[in-house]
Amino acid sequence: MFMWMIKRDLLLAMRRQSDVLTTLFFFIIVVSLFPLSVGPEMNMLRTMAPGVVWVAALLASMLSLGRMFSNDYLDGTLEQMLLSPQSLSFLVLGKALAHWLVTGVPLVLMAPVLGIQYDLPVEALFVLTAALLLGTPVLSLIGAIGAALTLGLRGGGVLVSLLVLPLYIPVLIFGAGAVEANMAGVGFDAHLSLIGAFLLVSLVFAPWAAASSLRVSLE
Amino acid sequence: MAINWFKYSSPASFYSLAGKMIPIFVFVALILLAAGLYVGFFVAPTDFQQGEAYRIIFIHVPAAWMSMFLYVVMAFWAGIGLAFNTRLSSMLATAIAPTGAMFTFIALWTGALWGKPMWGTWWVWDARLTSELILFFLYIGFMSLQAAIDDPRRADKAGAIIALVGVVNIPIIYFSVQWWNTLHQGASVSINQAPAMASTMLTGMLIMVLASWMYSIAVILKRTRIIILERESHTAWVAELQKKGVM
Repeated sequence: MFMWMIKRDLLLAMRRQSDVLTTLFFFIIVVSLFPLSVGPEMNMLRTMAPGVVWVAALLASMLSLGRMFSNDYLDGTLEQMLLSPQSLSFLVLGKALAHWLVTGVPLVLMAPVLGIQYDLPVEALFVLTAALLLGTPVLSLIGAIGAALTLGLRGGGVLVSLLVLPLYIPVLIFGAGAVEANMAGVGFDAHLSLIGAFLLVSLVFAPWAAASSLRVSLE
Repeated sequence: MAINWFKYSSPASFYSLAGKMIPIFVFVALILLAAGLYVGFFVAPTDFQQGEAYRIIFIHVPAAWMSMFLYVVMAFWAGIGLAFNTRLSSMLATAIAPTGAMFTFIALWTGALWGKPMWGTWWVWDARLTSELILFFLYIGFMSLQAAIDDPRRADKAGAIIALVGVVNIPIIYFSVQWWNTLHQGASVSINQAPAMASTMLTGMLIMVLASWMYSIAVILKRTRIIILERESHTAWVAELQKKGVM
């Protein structure tokens, strides 16, 4: 059932590739705007790069949250899922992972290319990719709570950013911090371990919280 | 005699109890406020390092404490409301949020006013300032979520979930910000090494803390009463109040 959920969501995403591409291009455009606004000074860009890439990843991941439940909610599939004997938390976990595969993974793959634009050293590119690989699933998992709470509300898109962005802050701090530490020549394992810890904690708690939010939103 | 512990969990009996309690808390708050301000402005000595400007501490510290404390209280009542489906607990949580946000805002504002003469800047990305700012965002998120939902029961429960998620996150955010700050080695100033305080300063501050406590209780009870009236407007007892004209 869990795998079915992921497969189904991926299939739906593949049928509508423009959605996936829009998120990815949003990410690319936001990152490309910064050199245009602050100037092409390479030293400055290099120090800014981790933060810029991470903030853009946060925004891109957040913008696509609305799609996580809303289509299923509109056509009634979500209610059937609530009624199914399967644990709702598992289904939500499946949906969050599918969301990550559709929006998070393309960002992770694209990040090194954008890092080159910012003249990051090769090692920092690896650290950036690793940090994003660990961190983006956390964004999808926490985002699932916000998406579930704002389901079917007017102005849900803006509201979800108010709810979710403050909760993204720890991931942002350590995600960007890992790359900065690497560039400063300090060890970055502590940062990655902490993001890993966030991932484990949110894997356990976020699906559960999102499932109860869905019950609240649909009752 | 068995005591009915849950008598006041009914909105109707809580309404009248709160009505009786509000004047008491307002009175105590006013007395404490007058005493605290008197001690703060006339009794407490001038600080030898910070001069007179330090006196903002009598507003700033109580506001900062209340802002954090009220978030936990709010999440507690919201959680009780979610777990036991008690209407009054959720109403109380909703009533606490604006007061908590106000204290957070006061703490940020007075902190900036204090920072300017002391550190020469309105704002530093110090761990405490940053986490206070994020706390403000959490309050705003809670209130705007509740405001966006029309059905009050759904608003209560959704608010409870986001408040509880926030409470779990507060320590994580706080330590992240603190480690981030030490990693950056940025803030050259810190509030941590406050000089040992004169005892009158401490007394004045504690009186002001109690005063803001009493004020919060009074305002929150008042707001709860209004929420009760709004939500129970269809019931017989509210109609009776209206007829008597005692609202």
